[in-house]
Amino acid sequence: MSPRPAQNHFALFDLPARFAIDLDALNQRYRLIQGEVHPDRFASSPPAERLRSMQLATQANTAYQTLKQPTARARYLLQLHDIDTEEERNTAMPADFLMQQLEWREAIEDANEDADIAALDSLLNEIKTTGKQWQQDLQHALDVAQDWPAAAAIVRKLSFTDKLQDEILHAISRHED
Amino acid sequence: MAYSDKVLDHYENPRNVGSLDKNDPHVGTGMVGAPACGDVMKLQIKVNDAGIIEDAKFKTYGCGSAIASSSLVTEWLKGKSLDQAAEIKNSAIAEELALPPVKIHCSVLAEDAIKAAVADLKSKQPGSTQARNQAGNQATKEAV
Repeated sequence: MSPRPAQNHFALFDLPARFAIDLDALNQRYRLIQGEVHPDRFASSPPAERLRSMQLATQANTAYQTLKQPTARARYLLQLHDIDTEEERNTAMPADFLMQQLEWREAIEDANEDADIAALDSLLNEIKTTGKQWQQDLQHALDVAQDWPAAAAIVRKLSFTDKLQDEILHAISRHED
Repeated sequence: MAYSDKVLDHYENPRNVGSLDKNDPHVGTGMVGAPACGDVMKLQIKVNDAGIIEDAKFKTYGCGSAIASSSLVTEWLKGKSLDQAAEIKNSAIAEELALPPVKIHCSVLAEDAIKAAVADLKSKQPGSTQARNQAGNQATKEAV
């Protein structure tokens, strides 16, 4: 029997809807579903069943990408609670947070101009460490305190550091070429 | 993404990049950030004794549209009163730069930066309603 469409991303992988997640279970169940809905298995099935397996494969992909990345997982969890993280509209970040962002941006710019990979690496580590701390705060806000506005504010902060990490990784690979 | 000529012009020759002394009582600083794209914008205005903006500087880390939006508003701000400055709308910025819908949030960021800079300046002016309100809010917050 092939799996049925699930109510939400967590349910699809038979996981509790929480921020703290069993990543091994997620990976394992994702691979299982992928195998079950593989197009090869439905090559000779009626069109309706083939379509359904394709839809399920798409849902599994989207769900997996969303749940494996912490910020996306938190954003989705908040969505399930009808909370908008307002990342398009809410520009009023705390002043000390913005100062830190400006400083990091300046440091990245300098390191980039000097093609200083060691400096970029150390910035990446610093930003990762900060991001990890925020993820712990996020876990507390979501799974323990159930303080949705606080969680949404942390998601907004993490979307800045996620972006910075992507940019640094991109810069490092450019300099290494 | 295809940028308009005006965006490219501001992006390649940004006006008024830099900083003003944020501790100067005549300087207002507005800092805002857009989580959706990770852009950070710092906008500063300096007023003369008549309350007219005589200088504006910006520093923006972000895409071409965010840089162009902040560069453009520094030009617009000079010669305006604080009330006139606060009336600048993101739709006017987006229209002037011909921003596509997906880049409208860059103009929102610039509008919010102006508002933040004006609010910062007003809060610095002794005896202003804003300063009193802020002091009041602060006192209330501390009391809670």
